[in-house]
Amino acid sequence: MSAPGVFRVAAWVVQRDLRLATRRPSQVLQPLAFFAVVTLLFPLGYTPELAKLRAIAPGVLWVAALLASMLALESLFREDAEDGTLEQFVVSGQPLTLLLFAKTATHWLMTGLPLTLMAPLVGGALGVPFAALGGILSALVLGTISLSLIGAVGAGLTLASRRGGVLLSLLTLPLAVPVLIFGARATELAIAGDSLTGPLYLLGAVAVLGVTLAPLAAAAAVRIGLE
Amino acid sequence: MSELTAENIWFYRGDYPVLKALSFALSAGECLQIRGPNGAGKTTLLRVLTGLLQAEEGVVRWQGQATGARDSGFLASLAYLPHQPPLKAELTGAENVHFAVGLRRRCTPQDVRAALRRVGAGAFADRPVRSLSAGQRRRVAFAALHLDTARLWLLDEPTTNLDAEGQSMVCELLEQHLAGGGLAVAATHQPLALSAGRLVALELSGVGE
Repeated sequence: MSAPGVFRVAAWVVQRDLRLATRRPSQVLQPLAFFAVVTLLFPLGYTPELAKLRAIAPGVLWVAALLASMLALESLFREDAEDGTLEQFVVSGQPLTLLLFAKTATHWLMTGLPLTLMAPLVGGALGVPFAALGGILSALVLGTISLSLIGAVGAGLTLASRRGGVLLSLLTLPLAVPVLIFGARATELAIAGDSLTGPLYLLGAVAVLGVTLAPLAAAAAVRIGLE
Repeated sequence: MSELTAENIWFYRGDYPVLKALSFALSAGECLQIRGPNGAGKTTLLRVLTGLLQAEEGVVRWQGQATGARDSGFLASLAYLPHQPPLKAELTGAENVHFAVGLRRRCTPQDVRAALRRVGAGAFADRPVRSLSAGQRRRVAFAALHLDTARLWLLDEPTTNLDAEGQSMVCELLEQHLAGGGLAVAATHQPLALSAGRLVALELSGVGE
């Protein structure tokens, strides 16, 4: 009997997780709603003056994006660990690294990508000029990819602890600091109308590093977590 | 020729030895029934065999080769059905089987339907697993096992929650699997109605000295 190829299996995992997401849309929508609400609270709580809002917009956008993706991470591996799916992944004989990478990629499709696409909306409310949106979108794409990957390692490491939520944030947030710094800097430069190649390259470097190393680390963590 | 052997397996939880110098040998067409009181280490032994747990001492051999958690050849030839069937509550029975089997081999929707009918799950194949009873879930899990081409079945309490008809269905599947040259290790208290010569018993004492 022919065993399915690795890419076919990865596509299988993506398809399964997307199907699951359609069955419980609230899990996908909650982090997005959180992102929108947090960013939109600033015009109300701080000042409606666009000039002042524009000055804090980079920080607000990125801290909110960081917290929103943290919120979504909790569910990345936990349910699969509880219902035995992860165990089946391990004993399937397929590379666990690839299966977890596929899960993380799907997770990004349902959190990081929509977060990025919401940026024009919330950016408008924070006084971000239209011309800056292109740069902000590219920074957010790269940044959220890194956040999902870093989060996957954290989610794997906290599998064994029942209430992993706070621990997960404590583990993951420090690792996400470079993303926050480069992302906010890129956004600031985009708003000012300057070239943001420097921070974009750095964000790209973090994303590449994440794609390379995070699935390996997550797989090792999951194996330990399942023991 | 024994295909699956365990030699002198020791496994500890802290200082407490759960598995003590455990050995067995199993040939094609045989089913090892692990018996023993609660906490005797039946599930632990199954998980050691899958490689999910690492034994402190001892070795598990499959076709003469020592196995490990990263041994994809060995893993591809085993199917592990844990005590709690690994199903997604939001997906239907058919979807669950489809995705579970698809990880390991190619299968068509027709195969999935046929397997679900074979285990008596045809009538509720399109309902979300969330709404199924424990016995119905177990039937769905057996449909996935039936489609799998694994030669070694590792079953944790395979007949729990099943009615009399379901239990004999499981025994039929097992018998068919063994007759085709397969092997099985089943942790269960209930007697398994298999033909003579198929069953090898392993008693775990459980009480540490």
